[in-house]
Amino acid sequence: MALGQYLINGLLQGGLYACLAVGFALVWGVLNVVNMLHGAMVVLGAYFTLYGAQKLGLPLYVVMPAVCAVIFLVGYGIQRGLINRVIGQPILITLTLTFGLELIVNNLILHFFTATPQSLIVSLGAIEFAGIRIPIVRIGGMVTAGMLTLLLYWLLYHSRLGRAIIAVRMDRHASALMGIRIPQIYALTFGIGAFMAAAAGCAIALIYPVTPMMSGLFLGKAFVICVLGGLGSVPGAIVGGIVLGLVEGVGTLALGPQWATSMGFLLMMAVIILFPSGLAGKKGYE
Amino acid sequence: MNIDRHTLSQLLLGLLLFAGAAISSVYLDNYKLQVFTSLAMVCVLCWGWNIVGGYMGYPSLATIAFFGVGAYVDGIAQAHGLPVGAAWLCAAIAGAVVAVLMGFALLRLRGHYFAIGTIATVEVCREVSSNWTELTGGAIGLNLPIQAGSPDFIGRFFFLAMLILALIAFLVTVVVHCSRFGFGLRCIRQNEQAAAMVGINVFRYKVIAFMLSGILASSAGGIYASMVAFIEPKDAFNLIMTIEVPVMVMLGGMGSIFGPLIGGVFYVILREFVWAYFINWHSGILGIIIVSVIYFLPKGALGVKWKSIFPYAKASSGAACGKGVIS
Repeated sequence: MALGQYLINGLLQGGLYACLAVGFALVWGVLNVVNMLHGAMVVLGAYFTLYGAQKLGLPLYVVMPAVCAVIFLVGYGIQRGLINRVIGQPILITLTLTFGLELIVNNLILHFFTATPQSLIVSLGAIEFAGIRIPIVRIGGMVTAGMLTLLLYWLLYHSRLGRAIIAVRMDRHASALMGIRIPQIYALTFGIGAFMAAAAGCAIALIYPVTPMMSGLFLGKAFVICVLGGLGSVPGAIVGGIVLGLVEGVGTLALGPQWATSMGFLLMMAVIILFPSGLAGKKGYE
Repeated sequence: MNIDRHTLSQLLLGLLLFAGAAISSVYLDNYKLQVFTSLAMVCVLCWGWNIVGGYMGYPSLATIAFFGVGAYVDGIAQAHGLPVGAAWLCAAIAGAVVAVLMGFALLRLRGHYFAIGTIATVEVCREVSSNWTELTGGAIGLNLPIQAGSPDFIGRFFFLAMLILALIAFLVTVVVHCSRFGFGLRCIRQNEQAAAMVGINVFRYKVIAFMLSGILASSAGGIYASMVAFIEPKDAFNLIMTIEVPVMVMLGGMGSIFGPLIGGVFYVILREFVWAYFINWHSGILGIIIVSVIYFLPKGALGVKWKSIFPYAKASSGAACGKGVIS
């Protein structure tokens, strides 16, 4: 039954990964920026949740939306004030800029929340089913993350804002001619990316202990998922997240947990080399 | 290969600087020697990256992968009883092999995918080095034999070794700068399809450039590992370093002979200062430096039009401007 357990774990993890990566994929696809800040946003979301729930004693259903909203504003502001100025420049510029911002945010997190691992591990019991144990919190985390991802999908395909974002992704110049305000759309897209990162951070705070050092880990996962799923595609991020969750689950069973991260990266490199535009990706974003 | 007068004067200036540094090693104390050694190492990495990132315009983030491979190969070779010199040679050869293999896989990619592919190699190398315990000592690290001799002698020995490597890196850059090969790399930076069309063997040029960069970085890693006599995965494959190197070159000026040197010197001085006075905030301050370089010096110190900033200097003496604009 061990395999079943690992598969279920992988599937649950995959839902979380999808939420983690979808914002990153959106920003990459629409802005053509590899957002090195994404991992820091996840960690920031997790720490804000911890702060709200532990220090302020607020209930989780108040804390989580508030945290996501705050981080949406942070992301919007960063894009509006800083990244919009260098958009369209060579990759090295945007990449190093977001990396520099990541160092600053990470240093601030380290200063205000210290490096000690903190946790808000909530236990609501577990379901036992045919020898497989499923903690309810993880189901909750996955369902929330999955719902948000689907909501984003709906937003992109059925709202005015979403259509504008997709239009900008397809052709920036043409959409500017259609009267779409590009800097505004960029800032909103970056804000949505930060929002999804914060949501993933909230869910992670419920399941794992958090440290400031985890931002690189989350960023790496987002890279892998995004490459597996293709750029800027929400369904791609869901598929990529679940694939990565399953691969890590089964890989942990086969080779031991210490190889889990490498396996994700090796899978990504294989995909990059064999399918240079992602498994589900379209040509043109290389 | 055609050296014009301008490049020749740069070459002579560089050689003079190196001679000065070599002579100064007699007078420096141990702390300064160490700072100068790390400076020389940083310059090697910057010159190595500049070939790929500056001349060829590929945003490579694999420098530290080569560096770490060099460090580990040096450590493992010395653990098997090879003398220091032979171990360094092994490190350089390993760097070349790894760079060619990686180049074949990754140089087909462009833009973001290339950048991410190269970051991923750093991560994979680190994971492999921390999990392959029998060979690399795993996460505990690997102890290297400490060289015989007094601390003063060892400090000078490693400084001179690193300086010679920096001299090699400098000469390689000068050769790339003036040769047909470098011209081809610049064509690739501007338009790869057009470069292929005028008869440049694009893929071979790219792999050779990547290999040169890999050899320089892995040799630096080898000397570094022998110097500190202890390596661990986090130290050898440091993700921050892999982004610091491009930032340094950007600070100085990409695709130029002296850009990497100026950026490296400036950055190392700044880093020493920040480490000394703001230890708790050092990564935040590095972040601020990176962000301000991008906003205020996007073309590096060499790309600034000093004449437009100091219009009066132009009239009085050309020499004052000449100092700023070396390239």
